Amino acid sequence: MIRAILLGLAALACLAGAAGLWLTRAHPVEAARFEGLTGDAEAGQTLFTAAGCASCHHAPDAEGDARLVLAGGQRFPSEFGTFVAPNISPDPDAGIGGWSLTDFASAVIRGVSPEGAHYYPAFPYTAYTRLEDQDVADLWAFLQTLPESDAQSIPHEVAFPFNIRRAVGAWKLLYLRNEWIRPAESTELERGRTLVEALAHCGECHTPRDALGGLRTGAWLAGAPNPSGDGTIPSLRPEDLDWSASDIAYYLESGFTPDFDSAGGHMAAVVANFAQLTAADREAVAAYVKALPPE
Amino acid sequence: MLRTVSVLAIFALATPAVAQDFDGHLKARQGMFRIMAINLGIIGDMAKGDAEYDAEMAQTAADNLVAVSQTNPLVLFPEGSSSEALEGTRALPAIWDNTDDLLAKWSAFGEAAGGLQQVAGDGREALGPALGPVGDACSACHDEYRASNE
Repeated sequence: MIRAILLGLAALACLAGAAGLWLTRAHPVEAARFEGLTGDAEAGQTLFTAAGCASCHHAPDAEGDARLVLAGGQRFPSEFGTFVAPNISPDPDAGIGGWSLTDFASAVIRGVSPEGAHYYPAFPYTAYTRLEDQDVADLWAFLQTLPESDAQSIPHEVAFPFNIRRAVGAWKLLYLRNEWIRPAESTELERGRTLVEALAHCGECHTPRDALGGLRTGAWLAGAPNPSGDGTIPSLRPEDLDWSASDIAYYLESGFTPDFDSAGGHMAAVVANFAQLTAADREAVAAYVKALPPE
Repeated sequence: MLRTVSVLAIFALATPAVAQDFDGHLKARQGMFRIMAINLGIIGDMAKGDAEYDAEMAQTAADNLVAVSQTNPLVLFPEGSSSEALEGTRALPAIWDNTDDLLAKWSAFGEAAGGLQQVAGDGREALGPALGPVGDACSACHDEYRASNE
């Protein structure tokens, strides 16, 4: 009898383990989904700028056009360890030049590598997962036009237990959602939402995180400690931010606040990107921010 | 023993005095940035269309920015006055490891202010494009040497 119970428990443990492995497995995109799509590099360039890919993936201290060499190497400290941006230039060995569109889509919207490993969510696929398939194809087309770099990617410095990539699979079950956070009742608000919630991944810094590092979507854009440990990222909610829509749009274009202080830190890179977008895009972000409800 | 006590006593006396010394530096450098912001604001509000264009005001404000850029800011940043050492400042310790770079960035601000000075009297449309490089110069420095908002 005892033996039967033990056997039963062992079987249950195996089942639970198998279920756990099954649940936390990687979910790349199906190859057929992207087969019919052809990317437009020109459209991809705007997406690339809005998504700020270069801001994290250019080499540390790169200036000017060198920022389009996506050699990686910038370090991003967090309470889970330090993440180092990889080489995503089109170099076939050191970068991602050997990838297919399906590999790229799996990385960007599912956080899954071509080898089927989970990426850490320091790479904001939790935001990019809301992109349209065509956008992903366009982005891929543009990335392939950029210069190659043979710089080897540097491993992340993440200690146990966060170095167990499989655990990211469990994390994704909790936090990887492709629904929009906010309703959008006009074309402008929809565009603003695409920019804020998907491409520019504003929530990654402006929304507080819970103990597991998932975004607390109930406190969407309500401000958060700076992940680098340096001060606080401000709230964009109406009770905290009294800027007008034109103040917000002008800030995104020029980096000047209504008091003519100027942006710093990672926001300076965000402004540099937004300055290259259209005035309509900056106004759409402003409209989205102004439509946030009070907490 | 007595000597130890007296040394400690000197330290005890010295610490608040030093902090007070830097209080003036903090006020001065924050005042300097405020002067820059107010002059930028005069021009920026005109560029945005929030204020009527006034050639004389715009020129005065641009001249003021150039004048500030011609001072050496490092005298307002003595060693030991970083955000790590003191409350009430966002000046990152990296400033003191990179004073040459800081001065290069400051002179980039001077150049951008000079560009603004040349066109400030030419009408509202000239302001926006000339403000861009000024904003870039501000951000280049803040990006590396100023802590985020508390």
